[in-house]
Amino acid sequence: MIIQGLAFYLFAFVAVAAGVMVISSRNPVHSVLFLILAFFNAAGLFVLMGAEFLAMILVIVYVGAVAVLFLFVVMMLDINYVEMREGVLQYLPIGALIGIVLLAELAVIGGSWVVLPLSEAASAMPTPPIDQVTNTNALGRLVYTHYIYLFQAAGLILLVAMIGAIVLTLRDREGVRRQRISDQVDRKVADTIEIVKVVPGSGV
Amino acid sequence: MVEFLGIYVYPTLWTVFYIACIVGPLLGSVAYLTLAERKVIGWMQYRKGPNVVGPFGLLQPMADGLKLLLKETIIPSGANRIMFVAAPMVTFVLSLIAWAVIPFDSGLVLADINVGILYLFAISSLGVYGIIMAGWSSNSKYAFLGALRSAAQMVSYEVSMGFVIITVLLYVGSLNLSAIVEAQSGGFWNWHFFGLLFPMFVVFFISTLAETNRAPFDLPEAEAELVSGYNVEYSSMTFAMFFLGEYANMILMCGMTSLLFLGGWMSPFDFVPFTWVPGPIWFAVKIAFCLFVFLWIRATFPRYRYDQLMRLGWKVFLPLSLLWVVLIAGYVVYGGKAVGA
Repeated sequence: MIIQGLAFYLFAFVAVAAGVMVISSRNPVHSVLFLILAFFNAAGLFVLMGAEFLAMILVIVYVGAVAVLFLFVVMMLDINYVEMREGVLQYLPIGALIGIVLLAELAVIGGSWVVLPLSEAASAMPTPPIDQVTNTNALGRLVYTHYIYLFQAAGLILLVAMIGAIVLTLRDREGVRRQRISDQVDRKVADTIEIVKVVPGSGV
Repeated sequence: MVEFLGIYVYPTLWTVFYIACIVGPLLGSVAYLTLAERKVIGWMQYRKGPNVVGPFGLLQPMADGLKLLLKETIIPSGANRIMFVAAPMVTFVLSLIAWAVIPFDSGLVLADINVGILYLFAISSLGVYGIIMAGWSSNSKYAFLGALRSAAQMVSYEVSMGFVIITVLLYVGSLNLSAIVEAQSGGFWNWHFFGLLFPMFVVFFISTLAETNRAPFDLPEAEAELVSGYNVEYSSMTFAMFFLGEYANMILMCGMTSLLFLGGWMSPFDFVPFTWVPGPIWFAVKIAFCLFVFLWIRATFPRYRYDQLMRLGWKVFLPLSLLWVVLIAGYVVYGGKAVGA
């Protein structure tokens, strides 16, 4: 128990500290790396709660794919770091407002557990007790059985967003010679090579 | 005090001992894999390979290691020092920690977690960070280009690898690596290699080649155009750590292939002379065979062009593996195969 408590405070402290460093470090590449550190600690917190499936998915999706693309983009940018810092005060009120809204929403969710003990029971109902099934199974039942329509709707929204992004950025370039592998594979020796007996002095 | 020792100290010491039991032989295998690579490619090209240091060149890895250890570590003046030093450590550590969940025999595993296969996938998807960090922090165009190629390539092939893993775990009904191997017990015809999952084996094996940046997908270190890719600015032990990490990753990927498709520690025949051989030996034999195929491919195939590489990943493997996920899901639901609880 002591070890678990210590591990919780370690993960929580590092996650918050890394979060602060994400917005305060001078170099955007360092920011992304601190973001990855924050993701890892969040995954550690999930493991402590016994949600190891979520922890692994967090690492695979966010650290393994999303953050790689972030890093990819940030490294390619040619940014003047000093100039970038100058606008900070200007955007501070908007950032603070968003932060306060998120905090309020978290407080509402946390408060609902305290005020309405029933809501916790209701939200915990669809899954069988965690000691009877693995949490992959429990999560699967919840997402793919009880909330299938919401889940599909979320998927559709993401699909639309993806198609939108592709349509907005797709440009048809002219004069590009594309490789057609089927044509290359279909080529026969007879189509391309002709063996000619050349009589000396007469040419082909 | 005694209680404290019993609960915390002794288990920790035992865990450290187990870790040493895994890491020691692993590093030995890495050292001899480098020798095996040079020997095998030498024989395939009608050469002898290293044969001077020790009998049959057997001490060559030791000589190489000693040489790298004694060289000077050079940090370029324009480099980002912290990241430059951290990158090889990331690669090396990531290639070691994945072995925590690999089962060597039934029950012979350091951490038998119930999302073992996801853990392996997560760790292998992190491997790209060592390379990107190295490429960026070196402050060199060749290193950076190599790192960018590598990142794009690893992210692309991870997608189809993920779908292959999903087909396997749907088929077995568990994410636990020991359970995946147990599902293939009773002779080689029960291995996933034979049957519905065979195309996924092919996709997986080729994807592991791309994931470990091996030939014919070794564009990140295409020596003809990028001198040596992301590790061009590295020297001495920092370079050696990249090398160790890369080869340990190769062994790990072969281990994953054997666990998922070749029956892990299971013997190919379920009767007496074969069942006498202990499980870890069968596992090692399967890994060694996969590694031999890695080397064989390197000696045989020319390097892919970049657009062909992307085409193979996104336009061939991704649709095929997606289709197979649907097929296997249908088989699990309607084909009379018991659905995992």
